[in-house]
Amino acid sequence: MSDERGGRGRGAKGGDRDKSKGGDAPRRGGFFRRRRVCKFCAEKIDYINYKDVRLLAPFLPERGKIQPRRISGTCAMHQRKLQTAIKRARQLALVPYVTD
Amino acid sequence: MSTSRQYELVYIVTPDASDQELADLHSQIEQIIQRFHGTLDRTENWGRRKLAYEIAHHREGTYVVETITGSGELVKEIDRRLRVIDQVIRHLIVRVDRELRVAERTRGARKANQARRRVARGLPPEPQPGEARGDLDMDDDRESVEVQR
Repeated sequence: MSDERGGRGRGAKGGDRDKSKGGDAPRRGGFFRRRRVCKFCAEKIDYINYKDVRLLAPFLPERGKIQPRRISGTCAMHQRKLQTAIKRARQLALVPYVTD
Repeated sequence: MSTSRQYELVYIVTPDASDQELADLHSQIEQIIQRFHGTLDRTENWGRRKLAYEIAHHREGTYVVETITGSGELVKEIDRRLRVIDQVIRHLIVRVDRELRVAERTRGARKANQARRRVARGLPPEPQPGEARGDLDMDDDRESVEVQR
């Protein structure tokens, strides 16, 4: 109970306070990471269109790999949908498989 | 037998194909669709676009998106034909009706849920124009992203 870590605190009052002040109160671990929200839940995107490169691009870091959930904060359901969308886009050469 | 499903066909044509050749290809596809009693709902030409990686030594390609309603046999035939045509360097056919239906359902469910909760709070079911969204949960890392569908 020493450290309030993880997304469990979402919705609870404490979690909210912790989030808003997160910037000036670094965690004990040394570096601070912003609380992440699933982009698709937040923006209410129901259908992840594989033809929309601008939607997919933020989830493809420079190497072209699909960003893991633990980094991007995407929820499990949307990560799955995002995954198929990215893979389709790759087949169509809209986004790269690899970039070196 | 002929179930009707909605598919999206995207194909990439070599950049050196002329408009005439593109039109020919399109009419070929249209013919197949007609033969199998399907319908072509929409055609979208994206024009030339840079490819994310080289396909058959091409760095660019002309993208065409077609929305088709028809049977699986129709799609099979289109797939077979596109494979043979050399000008088409890449194509992808995706069945979309199910996914779109799921998306539609979640949207509907969310709306209903919102209405129900608003009524429970003694508000009219639809958000009023000028009504401030009580969005205390707003996160600063939620940058505005344009969504296009």
